[in-house]
Amino acid sequence: MSTPPSPSPARWFRALRRTRLGEPCLKTYPLECVDLLRRARVAFQAGRTLKENFRLAQLEAVVRMLEEHECDFVDALGRDLHKPRFETVMSELLLVKNEALYAFSNLKKWMQPQHVERNLSTTLDECLVVNEPLGVVLIAGTWSSPVQMCLVPLVGAIAAGNCAIINPSECTSHTSELLHRLIPLYLDNECFHVILAGASDLPEVVELKFDHVFFTGNREEGNRIAQAAARTLTPVTLILGGKNPCYVDCQCDIATTAQRLAWARFHNAGQSLVAPDYILCHADVKARLVQALKCCLMQFYGPDPRESRSFGRMVNLEIFNRTRDMLWRSGKVAMGGQVIEAEKYIAPTILTDVAESDPIMQQDVFGPVLPVLTVNNEDEAIAFINKQEKPLCVYAYSNNSKVISRLMSETSSGSFCSNDSILQSLMVALPFGGVGASGTGSYHGRYSFDTFSHRKSCLLRGTRFECVTYLRYPPYEDRNLSLMTWASTLSQKSQGWCQIL
Amino acid sequence: METQSQVVDRLRSAFHSGITIPEQFRRTQLTKLMSMIKDNEEQILNALHKDLAKPKFEAILSEVDIVINDLHYAIANFRSWMQPEYVSKNLATKLDDCFIRREPLGVVLIIGAWNYPLQLLILPMVGAIAAGNCVVIKPSEVSAATDSLIAELIPKYLSQDCYAVVRGGAEETKALLQNRFDHIFYTGSQTVARSILQAASVHLTPVTLELGGKCPCFIYGRVNIAAAAHRLVWAKFFNAGQSCVAPDYVLCSPATKDVLVPALREALEDFYGKEPETCPDLSRIVSPRHWMRLMELLKRSSGKIVVGGESNQEDKYIAPTVVVDVFEDDALMKEEIFGPILPIITVDSLEKGIDFINRQEKPLALYVFSDESSVINTVLERTSSGGFCSNDGIVHMTLPGLPFGGVGASGWGSYHGRWSFEAFSHRRACMMRGWALERINSLRYPPYRDDKLSWLRWTTSAKSSCSLM
Repeated sequence: MSTPPSPSPARWFRALRRTRLGEPCLKTYPLECVDLLRRARVAFQAGRTLKENFRLAQLEAVVRMLEEHECDFVDALGRDLHKPRFETVMSELLLVKNEALYAFSNLKKWMQPQHVERNLSTTLDECLVVNEPLGVVLIAGTWSSPVQMCLVPLVGAIAAGNCAIINPSECTSHTSELLHRLIPLYLDNECFHVILAGASDLPEVVELKFDHVFFTGNREEGNRIAQAAARTLTPVTLILGGKNPCYVDCQCDIATTAQRLAWARFHNAGQSLVAPDYILCHADVKARLVQALKCCLMQFYGPDPRESRSFGRMVNLEIFNRTRDMLWRSGKVAMGGQVIEAEKYIAPTILTDVAESDPIMQQDVFGPVLPVLTVNNEDEAIAFINKQEKPLCVYAYSNNSKVISRLMSETSSGSFCSNDSILQSLMVALPFGGVGASGTGSYHGRYSFDTFSHRKSCLLRGTRFECVTYLRYPPYEDRNLSLMTWASTLSQKSQGWCQIL
Repeated sequence: METQSQVVDRLRSAFHSGITIPEQFRRTQLTKLMSMIKDNEEQILNALHKDLAKPKFEAILSEVDIVINDLHYAIANFRSWMQPEYVSKNLATKLDDCFIRREPLGVVLIIGAWNYPLQLLILPMVGAIAAGNCVVIKPSEVSAATDSLIAELIPKYLSQDCYAVVRGGAEETKALLQNRFDHIFYTGSQTVARSILQAASVHLTPVTLELGGKCPCFIYGRVNIAAAAHRLVWAKFFNAGQSCVAPDYVLCSPATKDVLVPALREALEDFYGKEPETCPDLSRIVSPRHWMRLMELLKRSSGKIVVGGESNQEDKYIAPTVVVDVFEDDALMKEEIFGPILPIITVDSLEKGIDFINRQEKPLALYVFSDESSVINTVLERTSSGGFCSNDGIVHMTLPGLPFGGVGASGWGSYHGRWSFEAFSHRRACMMRGWALERINSLRYPPYRDDKLSWLRWTTSAKSSCSLM
C-alpha cells in the first residue's frame, strides 16, 4: 500500500487535537479511499453483487457477525458511550438483525420486476419496472447509534445489489474500529469496505464520486455533504437531526406519558436523533408532568443515576461541554443538573422556566436534558412548532383524538407519533426520514431497498403490428391524428390510457 | 412590479394558510389547467410553431395530448393517491394505527426546457398541484413565444395566490434560486444542473433532475430492418432530433450497417419526401446558436455523411443526416447531439457493444432493436439507463404507469402519472398509539434486567416487523 501523503497543517492540527482528547488516531486517508472505491467499482462492474444468492449470503453474514460478536459490540459501545448492554442489544444489534432478516425473507419479491397496467396500444407489449442497483454507494453514520446507523442502510444497499463503502463515526472510535476489523471477516472483501475518515474529511471523500451518498448526522455536516454532492452531481439521502417537539395536552394519562417520555429522552443518555427534544406542556398539567417525570427518573435510574448501570455517558468532551453549557445557561433545574467532567457524566435533567431565546432552544439537545416549556393550548403549540424548521419527528400526547389530529395535520415533520415516542422509527413497514431541514429521502425495510435502487421503466415491443404504428408517422395527416385522438378519448373513458401508439 | 422574492413570499403565505390542501381546491385548479390548454390550443400550436417550426401533428401528440391525458389521469386518481396508506402491524402495535400520509412539500419550483416547452413544464406542474403545493414555474426563455404565452395564460386560469410564472434568462434564474424552495424540479443540461444543485444545497432543498445523455440504439441479431428503420427514423427525427430521449447514436455490426443505411434512406424519403427542406412535417432547430453548435459538430466529425448533410442557416434548417465511420473519440460522440444527425458506430459483437455502452455515462434511455429476445434481455440486464425500450423509441415515456426519469449522469427522481404526485409529496410515517398494554411496554424501561431482555428478545425474534416491540 502506498504511504499516505504527509498531512497538511490543518490535518496535522486535527490529529494533534484528537490525541489531546485521548482518542485513537487510526484513520483512512483519501488516497486509500480512492483505491478502495476503485476496487469496489471493479467488483460491481464484474457483476458480483447482482445474483440473489450473493445478496442473501451477505445479509446472512451480517446477522452472523452480530450474533457471534455480541459481546464485542456490547463492550465497544460500553467504552464509547457507556451504553448499557440492554440498550446495545435492543436498539443496535436486534434492530439491524431484524432489518437483515426482513430483507432476507422479502428479497426475492423485491427483486421481481413490477408489471404495470397496459393500455390499448401496448396490450401486446410488456411494460415493467425493473429494480437496478446504483453501483457503489457511500454510507456515513453518526455516533449516537453507531452500529445501527451504518448497518441498517448497508442492509438496504446489499439487498439492492450495490457495493458499499461504510464510514462509521470517528467519535465512537472503539465501535468503528470493531466494524473495521469485523466486516472484512464476514462480507465480501472486494465489494464492501470500512473507512475511518473524520467528519471534516467526508466532503472530500464524497467528491471521489459515488453513485449515492447516504448520510446521517447533524445539519451543518449535512450541509457540507450536500454541497460536496452537488459539485459531483451525486444523489444523496440525508437524515439530519433537529429539535423534535413534543406536545403534552391537558387531557392525557400523565403517568404513562411521563414514563414513555422519560424512556425516550434519557435512553442512551439523550443522544438520539429521534428523542423528543423539548416539551410544550399545557399549563394545566405542567406541575403534574414534572412531578411524574421526577418519579420516573427515580424509578429508572435510582437516587444517584451515576451509579446506575442503565444510564449512559456523553460520547466525548466536546459534546459534554456543549450540553453542559446549554444546561447551565437555560431555565431552571427542576431535577438533576449534576455534571462530572472526568466521566463525561451529565445527570438526567429536567429544566423548567425555559424561554424561547435560551441557548437550549437554539440548537439540538444531544444529551440527557429535557426542557419543558409551557403553552396554554394546542394552538400555541402548533404555532410554536411551525415557527421552527421541520424536524425529524413531531410527538403529541393526548386522550383527545381531535387534538392529536390537529397536531398531525397542521405541522410537518419526517414522521409523527401520538402517545409514544421513537417507536414509529423502529417499524420496518414505515419509511424513516426527514423533510425540509431534517433531510431528504427515507429508509428502513423496503424503503432502504428502494433508496439504493434505480427503477428502470421498460417497454418491450415487437416489430409486428406496423399496421397500427404507422398512424404516427409522417407525412402527417389530420385523419390519422383524429383517429389517434379518438382512441385516446375512448381509453380515457375506460380508464386505460393511450397516448401515442 | 413584484420582485421574485416577493412572489415566493406571497406563495409561501398562501401555502401556510392551508388553501391548497383541500381536495376540492386541487381538483378545481387541475380542471382549470385542462381548460386552459383546451381553450387555447390554437394559440399554443402557433407559439410552438414559431419557436421550433413544430408541425401541428407533433405539437398535438407530444405537447397537448400528452398533458391532457396526464391531467385526466391525475384528476381521476389523485383522490386515492391522497389517502393514507395503512401498513402491516405487528404483535405489539396491533391496537395502534400505523400509516403513511402524503403531505405537500410547500412552495416548489419547476424549471422547463425549450424542446418541449409546454410538456416539460406542465406535466410536473400537474403532479405538484395534485400533491397540494404552491408552484413557481420558470419557462425556458429560449422558446420565447411559448414562454410569453404561458406567462399570459397561467394567471388567467389558475389561482394567482398559489401559482406564479417567473420569466428570465440565466441571470434571473440564478437570482430566483437564492430563494428557498421546498423542492426544485429541473429539466435540462448537466452543467446548469450542477449550479442549481449548489444553490439548492444551501437550503437543503431536494431536487429532481431530468437530464439528457447520449441514448444509444443497439441494433443486433435477427431484425426486421425496414420496420426498425421506420421506428428509428420516427424517434430520431421527431422534433428534429431535439428530444432528451431521442436515440442519439446507433451501434450495430458492419453487416447490419450495410442494410440499415439504405433502409434509413427509404424511411426518410417515406416520411419527409425527396426534399425534406420543403416538407412541413420536419421541425427546425430552436436557435441560431444551437444550429451553429450542430454544424460545428458535423464539421469536426471524421465520419462520412451518407444521407443528408444539407443545411440552411437563415431557416435554422439541417437535413436529416446519417454519418458512418464514426469512432468513440469522434466529435459527434463528445456531447449529446440533440439534433437531426445520426452517427452509426460499428461493433463486432454483442459483448463489445455492451462494453461500449457501459464505458459511457448512464443515459436517459436505451434502445435495442432485435427479434431475438435473448439479445434484448442481455442488453437490458447488463446495462443501466433511466428507461429502456425494445423495438421502438420514445413511446415508453408516454405511459403514465411507467416512471420517467434518469439515473447517474442522466439525473434522479422520476415523474409522470402517479410518480409526479409522489415527486412533490412527503411520505410522513404516522403511528397513533393508545395507552393500553403499558405493562408490556414497560419491559423496555430501565432499570435494565437480563430477564426483561430475554423476554423482549423472544417477542422480537420471530419475523419481526418492529424491534423494541
